[in-house]
Amino acid sequence: MADALLKIENLTRYFDISKPFLNRMLERDEKQFLTAVADVSFEIKRGETFALVGESGSGKSTIAKLVVGLLAASEGNIEFDGHKMTGTSGTEMRDLRRRFQMIFQDPFASLNPRWRVGDIIAEPIHTFGLLKGADVTNRVGELLDTVGLSAKDAEKFPHEFSGGQRQRIAIARALSSKPEFIVCDEPTSALDVSVQAQILNLMKDLQDEMGLTYLFISHDLSVVRHMANRIGVLYLGRLVEVADGKTLFSAPQHPYTQMLLDAVPDLALSGRRRKPVDGEIPNPINPPSGCAFHPRCPLAMDRCKVDAPHQVATETGYAACFALEAEAKAS
Amino acid sequence: MNRFARMWDSDIAWSFRNSPVAIVAAVIALTIVLGAVFAPWIAPYDPFNSASLNLMDGFTPPGEPNQFTGNTYLMGTDNQGRDIFSTILYGARISLFVGFSAVVFALVLGIGLGLLAGWRGGWVDSLIMRIADVQLSFPSILIALLIFGVARGFIPPSMREEVAIWVLIVSIGLSDWVQYARVVRGAAMVEKSKEYVQAARVIGVHPARIVLRHILPNVMGPVLVIATIGLALAIIAEATLSFLGVGVPPTQPSLGTLIRIGQQYLFSGEWWILLFPSIALLLLALSVNLLGDWLRDALNPRLR
Repeated sequence: MADALLKIENLTRYFDISKPFLNRMLERDEKQFLTAVADVSFEIKRGETFALVGESGSGKSTIAKLVVGLLAASEGNIEFDGHKMTGTSGTEMRDLRRRFQMIFQDPFASLNPRWRVGDIIAEPIHTFGLLKGADVTNRVGELLDTVGLSAKDAEKFPHEFSGGQRQRIAIARALSSKPEFIVCDEPTSALDVSVQAQILNLMKDLQDEMGLTYLFISHDLSVVRHMANRIGVLYLGRLVEVADGKTLFSAPQHPYTQMLLDAVPDLALSGRRRKPVDGEIPNPINPPSGCAFHPRCPLAMDRCKVDAPHQVATETGYAACFALEAEAKAS
Repeated sequence: MNRFARMWDSDIAWSFRNSPVAIVAAVIALTIVLGAVFAPWIAPYDPFNSASLNLMDGFTPPGEPNQFTGNTYLMGTDNQGRDIFSTILYGARISLFVGFSAVVFALVLGIGLGLLAGWRGGWVDSLIMRIADVQLSFPSILIALLIFGVARGFIPPSMREEVAIWVLIVSIGLSDWVQYARVVRGAAMVEKSKEYVQAARVIGVHPARIVLRHILPNVMGPVLVIATIGLALAIIAEATLSFLGVGVPPTQPSLGTLIRIGQQYLFSGEWWILLFPSIALLLLALSVNLLGDWLRDALNPRLR
């Protein structure tokens, strides 16, 4: 694991959702916190794609925002290529910032409607002072070419493009500072299925060409299967299973992973009986005691209601479940 | 040419061509504005030059020769023998200048504080918006009067004439910034959470630059619309203050000053001194207001 580009240790983020001070005094309420991300640790190796999957509200996007510094971590560490991101500032942070970028979910909101495409793509170049004058225009043209658009499109405004084209522009912007690492927060969930495939293939090609590392966030398992080398499954802000892409799909260990995979529709109409996903993700203000998944878990034991499970090593990663722990001991 | 053709084809231009009210309002407003701007060339007399005034010309009815001097004036003269038509042109100049400057002042202040409140949030936001709320609970003309009165107390009497017009602009501007600040704050809070702002934050763009280059252009639309309506209100506020006798000095009469002079003579039969400036003020405020209303509807896609 010497090659880890991004290392996340015990990352935790609370949100203060208390009422305003005066109301709290008058109604004698305690401060309330919502734990969006709880004690998450993982590593991403250079050149690989690490995917985070989970239902809505599982804390995927919060992790993305923590990694790029849009939110500050409440506890834990984020290390990028050996540099701690928390507490770093000034020129050192600026140098780090150039090396990672983010692609957002909604290509209709992620491009400033009043800016020309060329200016949007050039913004990171100007901010980091990478190029000047005519070189910027040339570089923008190159980037547009790279993502499958024309250099002439730099003169246009975002509203003249379709969703897929806009996402290409967003990718061009992310590439313009020549980053090594890109956080992709559900980059295709706002797009048509046919366009999704094009964007995903573009991202894969770019990865091969430039040796990019992705943190890929999605709720769509078929997309994740296509993209990811390693996958982490999030449930209520906790990583319940981490495994290699292929292994996770062929031999899911954690009951939650199994439940998610069972719910994936397949076009082959295999006729296999499937279990629908039971219940909903619980309220993170008041998470269940012990293992957060126990109210929905088919394997739940008494112990699950009391203690939080530890990580059990699996073939290519780990899973956090008492049922697996018992199995491991028995064998 | 290409640019002009594009403008002619745009939604706004189409909406303008299909709104008779907007066209009439624009023509009236433009006529008054041009008349005011070119007053020194259009006006037959210079009402501000007291040397050229002849008290014998006072109270000449419109269109009739004066009984002593035999001079004829289109809209008659006031008590000091000033030609009403010329005075309206010069007065509209002052009214428009004060109204326009006051709106610009209120815009700068309101947009600045609104952006600050919307971007920073927290206690900065609470502080600015509570001040705004308090100010909003008083009638704005009262606030303008208060500021005007306090400012005059600080200014030495010898300078009062010269700075009166600037004090007036600041008073009206300070009484009017709240509505811009509120709109800007609301819009800025919406824009702030959009992903294009987050994208700029990820690459570490300076917050001041994000606010000015990213957020400001996206909140200007609705602000400019209320600013148009605000211009009509500022003109009326100036007229009201001048009518109350606290506005521009009497040697440089604005429309409000003329109306105040006129109302003193209404019951003695000299109706023209009051009537013509009032009509001019009405047409100016109404046409600007109607233009503002039209612009609001034309720019609001939900009303189409």
